[in-house]
This record gives sequence, C-alpha cells and structure tokens, in this order.
Amino acid sequence: MIELTTDIAFAALGLGLLLVLVRIIRGPTLADRILALDLLTTLGAGIIGVFAIRSGEYLFVDVAVALVVISFVSTAAFARYLLSRSEK
Amino acid sequence: MTVVAVLAMLFGCAFCLLAALGLLRFPDIFTRAHAASMAGLAGVGLILAGVALASSDPDVAAAVIVGIGFMALTGPVATHLLVRAALKTGTPAAPSTNIEK
Repeated sequence: MIELTTDIAFAALGLGLLLVLVRIIRGPTLADRILALDLLTTLGAGIIGVFAIRSGEYLFVDVAVALVVISFVSTAAFARYLLSRSEK
Repeated sequence: MTVVAVLAMLFGCAFCLLAALGLLRFPDIFTRAHAASMAGLAGVGLILAGVALASSDPDVAAAVIVGIGFMALTGPVATHLLVRAALKTGTPAAPSTNIEK
C-alpha cells in the first residue's frame, strides 16, 4: 500500500515539476520565473519527503526541511533583486 | 495509521499537482502567486505529515513539525515579498482585472 502510494506520489510530483518547467521557460515576466522557481524547490522538498518513505532513510526528512529554508531565503533575495533592478 | 498516512500523502500530492496546474493556467503573476503559495503549506505540509505518520518515529515527527511550522511562517512572507516587488516594478495584471481607484 505504501509502495503504490509512493509510486503515485512520484508520478504526480514529477508531472508537477514538468508543468512548472513550462512556466519557467515561457515566462513572460521575471516575477513569474521567480515564483515558478519557488514552487520548483517546494515540489523538490515534497519529492525528497516521499523518497524518505520509499528508501526507509528518514534522515532525508531533514534534507527536505533544509531545502524549504533555503527556498525562503532565495525567494526573498530574488524579490529584493527585482526591486533594486527597477531603480536603476 | 498507515491509512491516514496514505490519505495525507495522496491529498498532498493532489494539492501540489493542482498548484503546478494553476501556475501554468492562471493569467497573471497575482493569481499565479495564490496557486503557488498554497502548495507550500497544504501540499508539502500534508506530504511531510504523511511521512511522519508512516514512520511512527518521534524524531521524524519532531523534524516534520519544525518544517511545517517554518513553512507556515515563511511561505506567505516570501510570496508577499515577491508579489509586492512585482507590483512596484509595474508587472502588468491580466486584462480582465478590475481595479477600483
């Protein structure tokens, strides 16, 4: 039951990553791409969480939490960059 | 316990997939931000909660609680920072947007 669930979860999250990738490529503005990158790292944390169950190595949960932390810092930095770029 | 974990993970994956679909289908940055920020807490939070339930290990549960708490604190802040920056730099809204002055 857990095996089937992790299979479904990998498929759903992988499809989500593809959809986000399309948005990153199509843009159309820089803010859209930053938002898509934010969702990309969030989905990556989800995939790592599912992989923690599948492999039985629950240390990977800590990796997922760390990825969420890094994702917040990078989004905040990109937002500041977006603001500072328009002032020039 | 396993049934609850499986349900939580499936609902979380549904949220993540719908968020990615919303990011692709919505017309402008302001509506897309709504879809994307929802995935953070509802989607990945439910998936991590499912991981904690499936492991039935208090150490994993503690890490998951810390992670979900951090996501609840930072997710809306990050999205708000980004959308505010987009608004200030004049990112166009969808043509159907009705702004009342």
